Amino acid sequence: MLLILLGVPLGAAATLAFVGDRKFAPEINILGSAATFMAGIGLAVEVYMQGPMLAGGKFFFVDAFNVYLSVLTAFVSMTTAIFSRRYMRREREHGRVGHVGMRFYHAMFQLFIFAMLLCLLTNNVGILWISMELATLSTVLLVSLYRTPTAIEAAWKYFILCGVGIAQALFGTVLLYFAAEKVLGEGGDALLWTNLSRVSGSLEPTVLSLAFVFLMVGYGTKVGLVPLHNWLPDAHSEGPTPISAVLSGLLLNIALYALVRCKVLVDGATQTHHAGNIMMGFGLLSIIVAAFSLLRQKDIKRMFSYSSIEHMGIATFAFGLGGPIATFGALLHMLVHSLAKSAIFFTVGHASQMHRTQDMDRIKGLFRGSPLVGWGLMLGVMAIVGMPPFGIFTSEFLILTATMKDAPYLTPFLLLGLGVAFAALIRRVQSMTAGEVPPYQKPLKVAHLPVVLHLTLVLALGFYMPDFLNTWFHTAVELLK
Amino acid sequence: MNVYPFITEILQILLVLAISPAFVGWVRALKCWSQGRTTAGMLQPYRDIMKLFAKDVFLAENASWIFRFTPYLVFGTAVLAGGIIPMLSVDLPLSATADVIVLVALFAIARFFTTLAGMDIGTAFGGMGSSREMTIASLSEPAMLMAIFTISLAARSTSLSQIVQVIYSGQSVLRPSMAFAFLAFVLISLAETGRIPVDNPATHLELTMIHEAMILEYSGRHLALIEWAGMMKLTLFMALGAALFFPWGIDNSGSAAGAFLSLVFLLLKLAAGGVVLVLIETGLAKMRLFRLTEFLGSAFLMATLGMLSFFILE
Amino acid sequence: MEGNFWSLAPWGRGLGEGYFQYSDMNLHIAAQINSFLAALVLLTAFGMLVQKRVYGLIHLFAWQGVFLSLNTAIVGFVAGKHHLYISSVLTLSLKVVLLPYILHVLINRLRIRKEVETIVNIPMTMMIGIALVIFSYHLTAPVRELSNLVTRSTLAVALAVVMIGLLMMITRKHAVTQIIGFLALENGLFFAATSATYGMPLVVELGVALDVLIAAFIFGIFFFHIHTTFDTLDVDQMARLKEGD
Repeated sequence: MLLILLGVPLGAAATLAFVGDRKFAPEINILGSAATFMAGIGLAVEVYMQGPMLAGGKFFFVDAFNVYLSVLTAFVSMTTAIFSRRYMRREREHGRVGHVGMRFYHAMFQLFIFAMLLCLLTNNVGILWISMELATLSTVLLVSLYRTPTAIEAAWKYFILCGVGIAQALFGTVLLYFAAEKVLGEGGDALLWTNLSRVSGSLEPTVLSLAFVFLMVGYGTKVGLVPLHNWLPDAHSEGPTPISAVLSGLLLNIALYALVRCKVLVDGATQTHHAGNIMMGFGLLSIIVAAFSLLRQKDIKRMFSYSSIEHMGIATFAFGLGGPIATFGALLHMLVHSLAKSAIFFTVGHASQMHRTQDMDRIKGLFRGSPLVGWGLMLGVMAIVGMPPFGIFTSEFLILTATMKDAPYLTPFLLLGLGVAFAALIRRVQSMTAGEVPPYQKPLKVAHLPVVLHLTLVLALGFYMPDFLNTWFHTAVELLK
Repeated sequence: MNVYPFITEILQILLVLAISPAFVGWVRALKCWSQGRTTAGMLQPYRDIMKLFAKDVFLAENASWIFRFTPYLVFGTAVLAGGIIPMLSVDLPLSATADVIVLVALFAIARFFTTLAGMDIGTAFGGMGSSREMTIASLSEPAMLMAIFTISLAARSTSLSQIVQVIYSGQSVLRPSMAFAFLAFVLISLAETGRIPVDNPATHLELTMIHEAMILEYSGRHLALIEWAGMMKLTLFMALGAALFFPWGIDNSGSAAGAFLSLVFLLLKLAAGGVVLVLIETGLAKMRLFRLTEFLGSAFLMATLGMLSFFILE
Repeated sequence: MEGNFWSLAPWGRGLGEGYFQYSDMNLHIAAQINSFLAALVLLTAFGMLVQKRVYGLIHLFAWQGVFLSLNTAIVGFVAGKHHLYISSVLTLSLKVVLLPYILHVLINRLRIRKEVETIVNIPMTMMIGIALVIFSYHLTAPVRELSNLVTRSTLAVALAVVMIGLLMMITRKHAVTQIIGFLALENGLFFAATSATYGMPLVVELGVALDVLIAAFIFGIFFFHIHTTFDTLDVDQMARLKEGD
């Protein structure tokens, strides 16, 4: 099942590269993503029945932590594929993307999904790095798809900064291997996560602390933590909207996943809160800086990418804090943020296509112009700022509770960040949704399914936590302790 | 008391005095051959010096004692430096009392007085030359000291005799620190002796000259002494490089046969060094003055890298 | 399947250590050659930091690859790690032949062969470079103390090469130069893997090489995009995305 999960997107990428800009290419894209999602569900059922498992000669590995992220990745990529069918067709009609661009777009989209799934499922810390780099490389040219000067600039920044950042993570991996080799002997086995976590107590603490600094800088760049976040708003705002949705909703999660995996090893070796403190520092800084940056944005996609930085900051902070409640909250937060943020990007994509601009001052009257887009955006923002009864309220509430218990002096900062972000987003979204329909707004056919599905899920997770998810989260919490 | 080292010392000083014009003649001859010109012969520098000694000194009206004193001082320091660097033998009385830092300081004194003398008369060229000379000095001296410290670190001593002995007996063939120090030393030597990428010893072109500008007002025996000292400086830098980086052949037994052998090796090394110098000079064009900071900066960089690689890699 | 099938490959461990016996003298000489090559790698890194001509930069980069590949082969020979030969050949073909060739072709195609870049304040850059070397030396101190490999002292140089590559990408404004800085940084990482642990497992090294290759194609495409859009490869022209507007 695991190999099917990985094979489908890779095969779909090859097929789509071959098919090119035919009429049915988007349908193949959807079909491939749906098959991936089905395989993901299958894998999840398998893991739910049998517990953690290894596959492909210890090469792949599934446990409670990565299985839910894999299903999430497959799910969001499926809905994004559905959304992108209409969206990209319209961009093609507007002449923003050419013939080659479309071929490229579909093939790279699937390759990107493959890279992310490989990243999640691999057992080898070295492969983790490689697939992370592959995920970066496959999206670089998607960000510059429109070939406008700003898009190229954004993609170049993304390429260079992420390349440099992730290089630091490779150095960290080398140091990790150095420490592991002493305990596990040479060869590929010394980089297998399952082996490493088994012996993490006997790894050399000084080397691992040093390695963690490099890993933190490396993967932290990809998570978009302040002060390593410079590329993120540019890349997310200049690329096509479906790409922004998967970048914000999925790639950041994956990078955080890699970071947390490494943190577990370092914690095991040092037996201190050293790594956690670093993560808390980066997380808190990201929350506050991103919240204040939200206030100054004019571009709608840029604003929501800052919101992504803020939420990644929250999750990083919570993982750094540690403890069962905070970790549970962080796991939930990754899930609901990903769903809510991609839903927001879907509506934002529609809204900006209706107005032919990303400038928030020119987007108006969405409630009347297109109720689904308007209400979708409104509800999405309500969810993302943490209003009850949405799922993000639950996760943020858990994280806040844990903060008050374990690090009470940090609570005001956290609340400040959340409060400022709340004010900034609500103020903006009101001016965009309410009011009269401006003359330049063009009504469009919108993709209902993705937005409705995502928001329903976010809402449902606020009310009720399914049993299997609860079990997985508890197992993952045990794992990450 | 053993008188033998004193004899070697005296012999060595005489040797430096005697062969330095020949060495300069050799370099000039090589240059002529490489450029397809006929040479004036290797003995031409001797004739030049003799001619200058025979001529009267013509002093400017407002020349002070500094102007008259400088040639003797410059010549004196060159002779003294000739006694410090181990060439014929490691066992030199002067070398035991004065180490490599003293050597650098001797060259610095000579340079200091030359620049003062350049400004003493008050002509425009003298002042310009002095200012340029000091610009170079301020950059090259730190680099020089850095290079020397690197070698001293490796040899655990600043005494030249000691350094030569340690490097001679050391088994390590490939030492990154020494390689870096050597590169730095080559660059600095080119700057210190006024050779081509930095200064051109053969022209009196007012836009570019540095050393020649300072000594433009000298004549007669003063000029002869300064020229001779300049030739000795070039020879001494060659010999210093040979002693520090290629010490093979320098006698440490203290016998007459050993000293003779060292002499043969020294002449061979000087001849080879001359070839290298000419290759560098014909291969490169003179740099603009503003680019000198880059040139000497890289010399400093090399020297520092040498020192760092001593700590990191050895 | 039992065991990791990657490590069962013929070049994996198992064959090796016992085959040759080395005396201390040989090891000593090998360590010296190794550190000498490390010094050369560092020198080329500094050279790239201050080289203004695009063409010269590519040459320096190729030389760095040569030293790196030689070093890897020697380490592989001394340590009896035969998979290092593969890494060495990989480096040679990728970083000495293929990448310089691609860059070469691109530069000819874009007609920027003779472009000279202005670098602000070379001495200052050099000083920062030296400071970075010292910093790396201190940073890698714990690893050096724990390791008993012949190559342990070169780890500091490797990290320094990484840092200098980073510095190069910050100080230079030309797209090609930035890419070469990026590749030099990658060289440093490869060097680090060789000197800290006698190389990463082969599957990882192959994967990294693949990523570098893909990156090479991407930057090739990028050069054309940037050149056609901005009419120059000066990255300073790309400053439209700013905060707040």
